[in-house]
Amino acid sequence: MKKSLKAILALTLAISVVLSMTGCGGEQRTQLKVYNWGDYIDQSVITEFEKRYNIDVIYDEFATNEEMYAKIKAGASDYDILIPSEYTIKRMIDEDMLHKIDLNNIPNYKYIDDKFKNLAFDPSNEYSVPYTWGTVGILYNKTMVKEPVNSWKILWDEKYSKQILMMDSLRDSIGITLKMLGYSLNTKDDKELNDAKEALMKQKPLVLAYVGDEVKDKMIGGEAALAVVWSGDAMYMKRENPDLEYVVPKEGSNMWFDSVVIPKTSQHKKEAELFINFLCEPEIAYKIANYIGYSTPNTEAVKMLPEEVRNDKTAYPPDEELARCEVFEDLADSLVKYDRIWTEVKAQ
Amino acid sequence: MVKNVFKKIYTFLIFLFLYAPIIVLIVFSFNESKSRAHWTGFTFKWYVEMFKDQQIMTSLYNTVTIALIASIFATVLGTAAAIGIHHMKKTPKTIMTNLTYLPVLNPDIVTGISLMLLFILVKFPRGFFSMLLAHITFNLPYVILSVMPKLKQLDNHVYDAALDLGATPAYAFWKVILPQIAPGIFTGFLLAMTMSIDDFVISFFTTGPGVSNLAITIYSMARKGISPKINAVLSILFAGVILMLLIINNRMSRDDGRKENVA
Amino acid sequence: MKKHLMAYPYALWMLIFTMIPLALILFYSVFAIDDAGIHFTLDNFKRVFEPLYLAVFWRSIKLAAESTIICLVLGYPMAMILAGKNLSKKSILVVLFVIPMWMNFLARTYAWMTLLEKNGLIATIAGFFGIDLPSLLYTEGAVVLGMVYNFLPFMVLPIYSVLVKIDKTVVEAAEDLGANPITVFRRVIFPLSIPGVSSGITMVFMPALTTFVISRLLGGAHFTLIGNLIEQQFLTTMDWGFGSALSIVLMLMIMLSMGVTMRYEKENEGGGLW
Repeated sequence: MKKSLKAILALTLAISVVLSMTGCGGEQRTQLKVYNWGDYIDQSVITEFEKRYNIDVIYDEFATNEEMYAKIKAGASDYDILIPSEYTIKRMIDEDMLHKIDLNNIPNYKYIDDKFKNLAFDPSNEYSVPYTWGTVGILYNKTMVKEPVNSWKILWDEKYSKQILMMDSLRDSIGITLKMLGYSLNTKDDKELNDAKEALMKQKPLVLAYVGDEVKDKMIGGEAALAVVWSGDAMYMKRENPDLEYVVPKEGSNMWFDSVVIPKTSQHKKEAELFINFLCEPEIAYKIANYIGYSTPNTEAVKMLPEEVRNDKTAYPPDEELARCEVFEDLADSLVKYDRIWTEVKAQ
Repeated sequence: MVKNVFKKIYTFLIFLFLYAPIIVLIVFSFNESKSRAHWTGFTFKWYVEMFKDQQIMTSLYNTVTIALIASIFATVLGTAAAIGIHHMKKTPKTIMTNLTYLPVLNPDIVTGISLMLLFILVKFPRGFFSMLLAHITFNLPYVILSVMPKLKQLDNHVYDAALDLGATPAYAFWKVILPQIAPGIFTGFLLAMTMSIDDFVISFFTTGPGVSNLAITIYSMARKGISPKINAVLSILFAGVILMLLIINNRMSRDDGRKENVA
Repeated sequence: MKKHLMAYPYALWMLIFTMIPLALILFYSVFAIDDAGIHFTLDNFKRVFEPLYLAVFWRSIKLAAESTIICLVLGYPMAMILAGKNLSKKSILVVLFVIPMWMNFLARTYAWMTLLEKNGLIATIAGFFGIDLPSLLYTEGAVVLGMVYNFLPFMVLPIYSVLVKIDKTVVEAAEDLGANPITVFRRVIFPLSIPGVSSGITMVFMPALTTFVISRLLGGAHFTLIGNLIEQQFLTTMDWGFGSALSIVLMLMIMLSMGVTMRYEKENEGGGLW
């Protein structure tokens, strides 16, 4: 036993020495700290930015808006660029956590489609520049669902008991329930929320699981018939399994954005704006859209995409469909109500 | 004889249980498709892409270094602590033992956020070192909980006898106590490693820009889907550890053989 | 020699990295910060004791206890087998026991999903033999399985480390005196291994209580556990006060209940709760 202890100690020490030698040093350049979702950029884009502007990019990844927000809010890290979702951006604007972006420094802003400007969470485009966007809808397996799918109500149909996958996210799941009932998904009205709670409780026995990203493997593998998904993921799933189809129900849905913002903790606003402008370059935006597979708000980049992607209504739906969609707003104090509903549904 | 067969079958079943998911993981690292849902063909491409992925490689490096340093440090500090606590009087002993449970009982998210607040409060820069300190903190109870039972089992008379025979306390400690509690130290070290390698939540909140470990990289992929590159990097890690183990095993059995020859 | 001094560095470490952070959490749980400033409140604690949340507590404790018992039943024989092997084989097997846990938790759990799902590996193999399995994934059983899988080494290793050095002569003496193997185990081996067992129980039960990813992935998030609830308070709702209160109540509840049950144990001469 002592021998093995010694041997392990020696080996671990040896490894740490080897490893610490491979750790790199380097000359000091301006550092730009970027905080983005995991696997949410084509890495070559970053290398290109570093080369072109002689700036070091420190690139980190987060898993949810909430975790990222908690860290930034507490003042734990001084990032220069964040890419959160719209409701988190709204919250950060309200709490004075973001720098205003000087659009004069972002000439490429002209490539952003006008329909993605002046949105509720940032009405005069002062704080954010859209990065990706999409809708929420129903993905269904044509071999299991024979009837036409056009309403959220199908997720309450007992025929599909234990074949339905909901999102394990209180905003999304309560949101689509509100939509199904004909309410706004930003409601703060107690009666409307209570209706949603009852609907969710009624639905619970039919739900196979409340899922996160596993939904992709589940739907591709034919484990369930119906699922609530994001349009960007739907594109990928349809490609992997041609039996799948995506629809934005007629009652309307949620339209979401991940946009680029500069937090107040940033010491390099100029460079951050340079980076945003770079991301809006058609060629770069195209590379990113092509890598992630989510829809890009950049009109020129869309034109570069392969025809079958560009014309796919899942990723680039017609305007009238978008008109039915709502964008999440920050609920502020009413979020507690949503939290309570969700806990009651789940604790049932 | 029957007993031995039963033992073998039992061991096999338990190890099958432990390794079944690992086998799945390794198999899917060779899957052409990005999805785990179906097998579309054999490929090495994820291994190639893994080595090209800067994010994954640096986080692997951070994971291994932090886990090693944190668990070695926690093992030393924790073993000393266990010995100290063992020799305390009843009341302080009870207090210390119970306090040791707290980090185990605390949900990760609470530990992570509260440590983050602490680091912000004292203006300790967030990064590699803050993460390391956090890892040592949550590793410590596991070492102590592993060493304590060995101390309770220890026969104090042997130590006293050694002193009577003229051994210095330090010598008696190294030659008498340490070898006896070694299995506890060893398992404590292994459990600390395990906690450290696998931690996401606490690492996420205590690190700073530019430093992430493999767990952070993997969890942050969750929205887009965990890339098969991760299966590849884990398979490599697995192969590396197994290889290391084989080398150690080889050396040890040679040592054992020599010992037997002398005897 | 004043050996108890050896615990002082640890005590200092714990003061800084455990007690101060805990004080911060306590602060959040009893002080509300709003526009009017900071003021004392017990609302968060009152809320914890609503039936809705107590039910969540109860379910978490039940699941964690089930997993702990299964870990003990499966783990004890394994620890005995490991302890009985010859020296070089022993430490290798012990390391082999924890290596699966070094492969990332999320990746491992995803692999379990591949094994358990409707068209998964286990169902396919069973189907091959003509057995039609009921749904394995997204059940309470799957959650328990996930917990047992992830915490089994934390039960086996401490028991192993105690068993490995149990004096063989004591066992032999008992055998010579005519004790059958069951008696030897019940009267000699098991009592000697109790410190290891209690360490194992602590290291399985406590973390199992607060895990939330297992119930989310393998249970299909059908069952809210206390870990999910606390995580939701800290991240989604941003209600740090309530989240802190929940975790403090959880802590007190466990410490007290263990303290009470363990009072009955006679041999407890200051070994903490256990």
